[in-house]
Amino acid sequence: MALSKKDVENVAKLARLGLSEEEKALFTKQLSQILDYADTINKLPTEGVAPTSHALPMKNVFRNDKVVPCVDAKHIMENAPEQIDNMFRVPKILE
Amino acid sequence: MKLNELTAHEIEKLIQTKAASATEVTKAVFQQIDAAEAEIGAYVSITKKLALEAAKKTDERIMNGEKLSPLEGIPVAVKDNMCTMGVLTTASSKILSNYKPPYDARVVENVKALGAPIVGKTNLDEFAMGSSTENSAFKVTKNPWDKNRVPGGSSGGSAAAVAANETILSLGSDTGGSIRQPASFCGVVGLKPTYGRVSRYGLIAFASSLDQIGPITKDVRDAAILLNAISGYDPQDSTSVEKKVPDYTKALKTDIKKLKVGLIKNLTGKGVEKGVKEAFLKAAKKLEELGAKVEEVTMPSFEYSVPTYYLIAPAEASSNLERYDGVKFGHRSPDAGDLLTMYYNTRREGFGAEVKRRIMIGTYALSSGYYDAYYLKAQKVRTLILQEFEKAFKKFDVLISPTTPTVAFKIGERKDDPLAMYLSDISTIPVNLAGLPAISIPCGFADNLPVGLQIIGKAFDEETILQTAYAYEQNTDWHKRKP
Repeated sequence: MALSKKDVENVAKLARLGLSEEEKALFTKQLSQILDYADTINKLPTEGVAPTSHALPMKNVFRNDKVVPCVDAKHIMENAPEQIDNMFRVPKILE
Repeated sequence: MKLNELTAHEIEKLIQTKAASATEVTKAVFQQIDAAEAEIGAYVSITKKLALEAAKKTDERIMNGEKLSPLEGIPVAVKDNMCTMGVLTTASSKILSNYKPPYDARVVENVKALGAPIVGKTNLDEFAMGSSTENSAFKVTKNPWDKNRVPGGSSGGSAAAVAANETILSLGSDTGGSIRQPASFCGVVGLKPTYGRVSRYGLIAFASSLDQIGPITKDVRDAAILLNAISGYDPQDSTSVEKKVPDYTKALKTDIKKLKVGLIKNLTGKGVEKGVKEAFLKAAKKLEELGAKVEEVTMPSFEYSVPTYYLIAPAEASSNLERYDGVKFGHRSPDAGDLLTMYYNTRREGFGAEVKRRIMIGTYALSSGYYDAYYLKAQKVRTLILQEFEKAFKKFDVLISPTTPTVAFKIGERKDDPLAMYLSDISTIPVNLAGLPAISIPCGFADNLPVGLQIIGKAFDEETILQTAYAYEQNTDWHKRKP
């Protein structure tokens, strides 16, 4: 499974991940190797086998719709890179 | 012997009989940190003031004649991917280098409530992605047995801190072996509980269907004591399981007559170092001498467990790590421009190479056109691995293998070869894929470096693996050897 530099750029875009030119070159090589190795599982027949997403069988877990104390917004905002009046400030989204 | 060289249960006796104060114990740990930390590098941050305050409170409770918990005054080191309120929690990543959580992880809250002082936050591979702790953005942790070698990972700081007596107990997390492999490399005990036994609330998520928190300790009894403290259902982790928590110290019996042990033959073959194999086979013999019935078993699907894991874990990670976008907490690129540029630059600057690699693999495996061939296929193979365990556990009470195919490797040796690094997890990964409990205990040495014995149990049967480990430990003295 040989990935091209363009493939790497596309995946990085999906992941919103900026990569340097060196990283693109390195990952093109390394990801191809890793995916080649990952591909070995396709040798194993799995017809009729159900996929497992969780090791323990689990159903959706509900809780009562009841108000309980939670972390104060003030403390949460202490970690904000930029804020105004308890709101996260981000660069302009729409022109 | 100095206080910091003792186990938790030894210190418990001293504290409860007033032969030592909690403050003395905590101070002894910090003295050792002062002496050894520059060379070992186990900690990302140290919380001396908070720890001494907690110890003082314990001493006041002793003075007042209050009933004490078994963890009262016992210093605990916490892997830096578990949230500590108001205390830097970095996951050893640049992207979280300034993050002070507004809450405690459930396990942190649990041990604090029992009176255990938190010594500090231990180093790890960034976001727990790695097997050597070399992927930390901040420092390289050294193996106390040989400072040119890695302590293992990703809980390398926690394991090294215990081995170097820089704490009494520690907490690690295990997604593909991250508790057991460093415990094995550092010659200490590491237990990964059943998925759902311990709350993940406040654990910085890597791969949510695999992550589990557990103890890293000096002996098996300490592992049982710490497991008692952190186990149980938590409404704030809907994947934790509502199941009664037994007193795990009650499982510590030395009688293992009639115990049915399956020796996983295909984990002793290709790629396993001679010295590791020898130590492991001797350990199996020892179990037999103690009355267990040891029989070989082959688990053919294990061959596929590493590639399966390296699709599922990165897929989940790529989703979990979407939250690091520079908006709500952590690093934001000063070079932001518009919103998209902010995302790109924040993540480029904040993540290290291995984290980027896994985000890329995961994103690719989940992307349209490749989902079926990679992610869905891996989930099906996961089912086959689970079924193989189910079949084996119809016949056996526990399964055993070497924890790792090799002893601790040299710093830098595998850093540029991700695949070689991934393969060091072959014995531990299948256990996470199946959500089972497993423990690694010291079982000998190869080239003067510790070798670990892995004991795998049925889901929620931590008691039998603890019992097996305890019986072995009490009849050997590997756990008493110190670097």
